[in-house]
Amino acid sequence: MELVCPAGNLPSLKAAVDNGADAVYIGLRDDTNARHFPGLNFNEKRATDGIVYARRKGVRVFLAINTYPRPDGWERWQAAVDTAAGIGVDALICADIGVLDYVSNRWPDLNLHLSVQASSTNYEALRFYQENFGIKRAVLPRVLSLSQVKNVVENSPVGIEIFGFGSLCVMVEGRCILSSYVTGESPNTCGACSPAKFVTYKETPQGMESRLGDVLTDRYGKNEQAGYPTICKGRFEVGENTFYAIEEPTSLNTLELLPELQAAGIEAIKIEGRQRSPAYVAQVTRVWRQAIDACKRNPDRFSARAEWNRELGKVSEGATTTLGPYYRPWQ
Amino acid sequence: MSSNPRLSLGPNLFYWSRDDIFDFYAEVAEMPVDIVYLGETVCSKRRSLRTEDWFDLADRLSSAGKEVVLSTLSLLEAESEMLTLRRLCENSRFMVEANDMGAVQLLIKQGVPFVTGPTVNIYNPATLQVLANKGLKRWVMPIELSKETLAEMQAERPEGVETEIFAFGRMPLTLSARCFTARSHNLPKDDCQYKCLDYPDGRLLSTQEKKPFLALNGIQTVSSLTCNLLPETAEMKRLDVDVLRISPQSQHTGRIVEAFHQALQDETPPPLDRYVPLGTCDGYWHGGAGMERLKG
Repeated sequence: MELVCPAGNLPSLKAAVDNGADAVYIGLRDDTNARHFPGLNFNEKRATDGIVYARRKGVRVFLAINTYPRPDGWERWQAAVDTAAGIGVDALICADIGVLDYVSNRWPDLNLHLSVQASSTNYEALRFYQENFGIKRAVLPRVLSLSQVKNVVENSPVGIEIFGFGSLCVMVEGRCILSSYVTGESPNTCGACSPAKFVTYKETPQGMESRLGDVLTDRYGKNEQAGYPTICKGRFEVGENTFYAIEEPTSLNTLELLPELQAAGIEAIKIEGRQRSPAYVAQVTRVWRQAIDACKRNPDRFSARAEWNRELGKVSEGATTTLGPYYRPWQ
Repeated sequence: MSSNPRLSLGPNLFYWSRDDIFDFYAEVAEMPVDIVYLGETVCSKRRSLRTEDWFDLADRLSSAGKEVVLSTLSLLEAESEMLTLRRLCENSRFMVEANDMGAVQLLIKQGVPFVTGPTVNIYNPATLQVLANKGLKRWVMPIELSKETLAEMQAERPEGVETEIFAFGRMPLTLSARCFTARSHNLPKDDCQYKCLDYPDGRLLSTQEKKPFLALNGIQTVSSLTCNLLPETAEMKRLDVDVLRISPQSQHTGRIVEAFHQALQDETPPPLDRYVPLGTCDGYWHGGAGMERLKG
């Protein structure tokens, strides 16, 4: 079981490599990837430096080109693919059918992984991408229970990568447009959910308010820490109640499922968080490396150590974690 | 240049009782729509109608002169859902609207022409071309794309592929493993008690300022505002749109269909604001945020 870690810049990439990642995934500095945030990501030079650094330590580098080009942006996505191929990434992580088609025709030797943004939750969908574009691996959306994941793995024509840790998308990735409903920009089109330029915080007599565009996403009490106004993590009114109607601000953490994931034949565990700091990447990579190694040595006696969960808890959104959809009652 | 678009009635996104569904489609048989999409696209636990019943309904509407298309579930998770999906895709009578790539794959294997619904991500002509080569007959443009994008897509549209636009209805915005309607009743999904039946147009979610925002529809979330492109029918004709989709709502669907029918006949339809649950929007079409009302 491979450990795939995020990097939004060169220091993070080095942190992932130094702390035991098997592979690091990155993106270019534009809207061709789903973490198109100001100041984040790699230009060609930095990406090349990162690949050199990683290779020296036997670590692979994947590059995400996993948003959906509209007609007027098509050349930018093509250019991103050509850049990635030119600098020799170990795999491209793509979602759009047109982009996958372009890669498989223009760069037939380049490894293709299906991005979580392709929103493929079943093995028939994976067969489509394998038969038409020769994908080698697929990242599953965070919507399946553990038994459903197992069923996909058993029937999938390609290796399966799943999210193990990080911010939790509650909606099926690649098919959520809540962000563009409010702002006009979505992960699919612009590479960011709830982009920062639409975010405001304001102290009011009712407490601190967070907004995305004009939409009030939450109000915070005196002792509450204000969260990022991602729509799905806000507090809203439904019927008589005001509550986290969609999901609490919490992180996914599947550490305790590791033996089951290994037994199920999961090929890789992905850590979310290209937008996070090098310190986050170092910490999370270190813990997951230890955990995966312990699980490989002795899966029957594996248990998630308290100190691991403590370390992960420190860097979790909302400082709490959940098994998310893998655990049926969460649904 | 002016083509003459047809009208379609999209799959009903909400959960209604068996009687309500049959009554509704008995009325649909009399409405001036050309194409009717049938089937459960949101939640496999909704079983007012079994697959057999949908086939019967398809026969009935087909006999009434409608082009019937069977719509598939959008988010496939369980193997039991794959079995139903196979039954739909392997039916030899009616065309199928694929709402995810698993359905697309099964239909390609069948070697039959198919439609893709709004949750199949077709964002550029390259994608359209790949799917056209595999049997795509008609695509519904993804909800968040604008008329500018549409114009560029139409300019490079492959021969024989039709374009359908989501022209009216609460917009499907997202899907999840979690059931938000059950959650709003403090119930787990596995014991949802079919609460969706109580909300025939979705359960309203408002901000803490009491502003209506979204509507919970089981594992799906839709807009609280209704997309209304009735004032855009001339523009859609100009852009060679083949089909205008009206998404069913529990009340007044017949009036809405009638209004679109009038607009396509170049008559002046009545405004539809009084026939929607909570106001209208058209932002996506004009290139803005979906919830905005920019014209209309």
